Amino acid sequence: MLEINNLHASVVDIEDSQILNGIDLKIGKGEVHAIMGPNGSGKSTLANVLMGRPDYEVTDGDVTFDNESILELRADQRAHLGMFLAFQYPAEIPGVRPWQFLKAALDSKAEARGEEKMSVRNFSKLFDEKVEAVGINPTLVKRSLNEGFSGGEKKRNEMLQLEVLQPSLAILDETDSGLDVDALRIVAEGVNSMRSPERSFIVVTHYQRLLNYIEPDVVHILVKGKIVKTGGPELALEVEKDGYKEYLDAAAAGANA
Amino acid sequence: MTNQNTISRESDLSGGEYKWGFVTDVETDLAPKGLSEDIVRLISAKKEEPEWLLDYRLKAYAHWVELEKNDAEPTWAMIDYPGIDYQDIYYYAAPKGTNEAPKSLDDVDPEMLETFEKLGIPLQERAALAGVAVDAVFDSVSVATTMEKQLGELGIIFCSFSEAVKKHPELIKKYLGSIVPYTDNFFAALNAAVFSDGSFAYIPPGVKCPIELMTYFRINTEGSGQFERTLIVADKGSYVSYLEGCTAPFRKTSQLHAATVELVALDDAEIKYSTIQNWFPGTKEGEGGVYNFVTKRGRADKNAKISWTQVETGSAITWKYPSVILKGDNSVGEFFSVALANNHQQADTGTKMIHIGKNTKSTIVSKGISAGKGNNTYRGQVQIMPGAENAVNHTQCDSLLVGDECGAHTVPYIEVRNPTARLEHEASTSKVSDDQLFYLMARGLSEEEAHHMIITGWSRDVIKELPFEFALEASQLLKVSLEGAVG
Ligand SMILES: Nc1ncnc2c1ncn2[C@@H]1O[C@H](COP(=O)(O)OP(=O)(O)OP(=O)(O)O)[C@@H](O)[C@H]1O
Ligand SMILES: [Mg+2]
Repeated sequence: MLEINNLHASVVDIEDSQILNGIDLKIGKGEVHAIMGPNGSGKSTLANVLMGRPDYEVTDGDVTFDNESILELRADQRAHLGMFLAFQYPAEIPGVRPWQFLKAALDSKAEARGEEKMSVRNFSKLFDEKVEAVGINPTLVKRSLNEGFSGGEKKRNEMLQLEVLQPSLAILDETDSGLDVDALRIVAEGVNSMRSPERSFIVVTHYQRLLNYIEPDVVHILVKGKIVKTGGPELALEVEKDGYKEYLDAAAAGANA
Repeated sequence: MTNQNTISRESDLSGGEYKWGFVTDVETDLAPKGLSEDIVRLISAKKEEPEWLLDYRLKAYAHWVELEKNDAEPTWAMIDYPGIDYQDIYYYAAPKGTNEAPKSLDDVDPEMLETFEKLGIPLQERAALAGVAVDAVFDSVSVATTMEKQLGELGIIFCSFSEAVKKHPELIKKYLGSIVPYTDNFFAALNAAVFSDGSFAYIPPGVKCPIELMTYFRINTEGSGQFERTLIVADKGSYVSYLEGCTAPFRKTSQLHAATVELVALDDAEIKYSTIQNWFPGTKEGEGGVYNFVTKRGRADKNAKISWTQVETGSAITWKYPSVILKGDNSVGEFFSVALANNHQQADTGTKMIHIGKNTKSTIVSKGISAGKGNNTYRGQVQIMPGAENAVNHTQCDSLLVGDECGAHTVPYIEVRNPTARLEHEASTSKVSDDQLFYLMARGLSEEEAHHMIITGWSRDVIKELPFEFALEASQLLKVSLEGAVG
């Protein structure tokens, strides 16, 4: 489904700002991959580069989605292909209702794919269902998108969008951070219920705890813009216990060599 | 019904650019260019006006001549334009054959009807279905008025200004110039001398007007100025919502529009006045476009309320300050505005709230959007007179910048002559952030859709004040007007 080859990326207009230093990653259909790594190691950058954020520039390597390179595509085009990013820090948009926003998003996608737009009535039904499923306070969705939402509310709102848009590849950037126990379970249940042979997930997290609920097929450790280790769920337990020191030391040694 | 209408208008908008730039080929009855006492007399004669009105025009004209001699054309606004040659303008243009008002729609020139059709004006049965009465003004003469009868049964008068002069002279005589005297300013004097046509509405005591009254103005003849004159009187305890939409054809030369609107809300009455102004803004390079100099003012008596809501996306130059004189105790004045200046457009707009009565309350919400090389200025005045015990004003004044070649300016004047007044002023300037754009685009919205959503969301406090169909149109207009500014 998604193949990342030797991906190098830096910040546009900032010299020597390389953040991703050659990432290789292959995510098959229906797989769930977890990415862990110390703060500032490039996890969000990777997620944003995959989604096409214009602040970053790919300097080397390639990313293919269903065997087609997507690097030339804009973010909206990637969304139309079925990619989705649950943001670590969702933007606040004053005056825009979540309902209106999601309907527009769904319509754009349908239009781009030449599919029929969902009727307002069906959409409303779906929306209400999902609002209940992710446990968002219904008064919240009558407010402006993310404006004044608490940290946890923002994350639930990202889950709401994920569930309504039903992407084929979902990237969750620390969607579990700042969540209470109940919310954590809701996120996990959401992901688990959406898991299917047709849908893949990249779950960026700092906590092994989430992986108790969402059992990943593969766990990657990202350090200084490179994947330094790949393994099964046991890898997350190891990191939980030992931290990243070993990898950081190795990376430092590598840099000095 | 209403929907159909809105949709047809929407589809006009979807393609972008200025879609109202067609010219109707109707034979036009033109007076020679230029302004003189003779022209004023000619206008009055063409309209078969009574002596007292001609006198009024002549006095206004004499006053204007004085002002013109003394270079009194206002220059304090933050707008920049080559001087207007007042002798190079047509002051009277009427489609031929309309000197006598048409008895029915069958009498109206089909081409003209088609023009209205293109504008999406709900004339004919569509009007009735949509629950909208239209007083369509074509250049200087009002061509058709619908639903007059239905309104008549409630005692509501809604007709062209010229017709009102003939049928209801006592009302016109009583209120014309009572809120905006011709001595008020340069453009008000000009308008009083040569005003062409406009709308008149009168709502009798205690009557709530059951439909939105609506007027479409349109400048058609090249080089002609339009001098709209509108008067709305809401008698005691009545209510009316009035909608005004404006478009003008695409011209490389500039056109002048100097309008005067007067509102009178007697005790306990309420007037809601909504405008969508989409006059031709000029080309991308800044050629042509309408110069829009407008004086709009209302007087609110005891417990009365006047609300101005405007969405200003058109005109090369906008000079406009819809105001409320809060004369009666407990009266309320509101001003909600979204003004957009893209390409080379310049907007200098705002309001005046003059608190005279006790416990008077005013609210100002101004949203200025600047894009391209556009310049947007909010100019507002809040005046609390000595007798205005416990007056309250809340002003919120926000600017949004799209791109970095545009400008936003805020010029608030506050004059407080009573210590019990409470005034709040909030102001903000923001830019559409990359975070917001990427967030929306990552969900599948195009860059243009994303901008549009952010901007209409940002303008929501104002747009929500508009009647539903107008709100939709306003949002579409913002989208079209911003094309080229993004991406
Ligand atoms: N637009 C940018 N401009 C400048 N520096 C950036 C930019 N984006 C990311 N960086 C830098 O790149 C590095 C990686 O950041 P990133 O947000 O990807 O880390 P992360 O692994 O997601 O961290 P965390 O666990 O704290 O979320 C950091 O040092 C960050 O400051
Ligand atoms: Mg991060």
